[in-house]
Amino acid sequence: MKHHAIVCRCEDITEQDVIDAIHQGYTDLEELRRKLRIGMGPCQGRVCISLVKKILEKETGKKVSVESYPTSRPPVIPISLGALAKKTRGENETKS
Amino acid sequence: MEVNGIPNVRTCIAPLLEGVAVRMQDRLASWPQNNTDNAFVSTVQDIDILIVGAGPAGMEAALQAATFGASVLLVDENQRVGGQLIKQTHKFFGSKEEKAGTRGISIAKDLEDQLCDDRFKDKIDVLLDATVFGFYEDDTEDRYTFGVISRKEYKSRLIKVVCRSVIFTVGAMENMLLFPGNDLPGVYGAGAVQTLMNVYGVKPGERVLMVGAGNVGLIVGYQLLQAGIKVDRVVEAAPTIGGYHVHAAKLRRCSVPIYTRHSIKEVFGADCVKGAVVVELDDHWNPIQGSEEIVTCDTVCLAVGLTPSTRLLEQIGVDMALVPEAGGYIALHDERMQTSVPRVYVAGDSSGIEEASTAMIEGKIAGAMAAKQLGYQQEKAQTAYEGFLKELKRLRAGPFGAKPRDAKQRIQRLWRKRP
Repeated sequence: MKHHAIVCRCEDITEQDVIDAIHQGYTDLEELRRKLRIGMGPCQGRVCISLVKKILEKETGKKVSVESYPTSRPPVIPISLGALAKKTRGENETKS
Repeated sequence: MEVNGIPNVRTCIAPLLEGVAVRMQDRLASWPQNNTDNAFVSTVQDIDILIVGAGPAGMEAALQAATFGASVLLVDENQRVGGQLIKQTHKFFGSKEEKAGTRGISIAKDLEDQLCDDRFKDKIDVLLDATVFGFYEDDTEDRYTFGVISRKEYKSRLIKVVCRSVIFTVGAMENMLLFPGNDLPGVYGAGAVQTLMNVYGVKPGERVLMVGAGNVGLIVGYQLLQAGIKVDRVVEAAPTIGGYHVHAAKLRRCSVPIYTRHSIKEVFGADCVKGAVVVELDDHWNPIQGSEEIVTCDTVCLAVGLTPSTRLLEQIGVDMALVPEAGGYIALHDERMQTSVPRVYVAGDSSGIEEASTAMIEGKIAGAMAAKQLGYQQEKAQTAYEGFLKELKRLRAGPFGAKPRDAKQRIQRLWRKRP
């Protein structure tokens, strides 16, 4: 059995998926991200972005600038909506 | 984008409703006042210095800052302090001041004891099992606000931290390799192998193919042998061994071959690793057809470099640059370890990949200088800083320090060239 080379474990995207998307005309990190959801999973691109960058440079023959990396936004890790919005009374710590 | 007062909304997937207020948000967000009124948010106010990451750099930064009188909140994702030190069963190099001859695990214990020392009781707070997840703009000038999520006892708790200064000692991420089967059970990063073996006492497998002959690959290779695990070989894509000769020699004396100009082509096995195919590379790093060789193993350990963690620094908007010698995209900083944003410091691997011994000194520098900047014992802090700077230069002076020295010099040059 031939295995796939996985680029993005969060969204199960293979190297071939990325190459196919590039050949369909998705030729920058932002477009690939929107098309394939790379970098949108729980790891937020820690594993995949540099791998996608390498594939992109190889397939297009063009350097990918770091300025085109996806923007980092809070939260950098998954946080439940409950934690962000839960209504609880009483517990308020203040350190002075 | 900000939608109805809620920052960092990905408007591309947000529903468009009648009367919705959408505002441009230029990187920085304000803490959503109206939305937190009802939410469970505890606040930690008036901290002098928030230190993100309690590895070697973060612990030393906390100790220094507290020594000069600053109050410190030290936050770490893990359930204990120490960072990578708690996995490092080998002895350190360098001079006596840098704890040469001491094992990483002992250094971690020593620093942990110091953090718990009575004299720092009112100065250092350690928050474990918690992650700093985002940077928010504060209403007050000269204060920074961060969102922290605590996961203690499997309960998520949101904490708003307001501080005057912040030191990022967040470490690095392991690099991944692309090859068929790279997600099969049995393919590990070297950090995971060390955690299993040295922290939990669990063998990752019985027969290992090590990919990468830098210090991490060589040291973990030897630790695998110590744990009674067979290391079939080490493959290294570069034409030379990247790590120290002494680590390579230890493996060679135990008859573990190191193949330079070799890489992993694929792994095979139905539902877990049963073996791997390695291949020789030509001068252009391309596989040489017909040079494939099958390696029987149940574990593939990837030790192919580290990339500095910079996502929180990117959120703050510090000046960054691509410095390959330092491991990638890094925050530019001066000799005091301060970034382009006032009172925002960086130290350790997140300021450029190096070693625990230099990370500790960088941490001391950042801790002392952050305290000084806030007005604590300025003369004493300055004297301490000058001492640490000399230590750092001495440690990087040898032939082994060439690469980090080049990287840091390049960072200094880029720092000075900033507009």
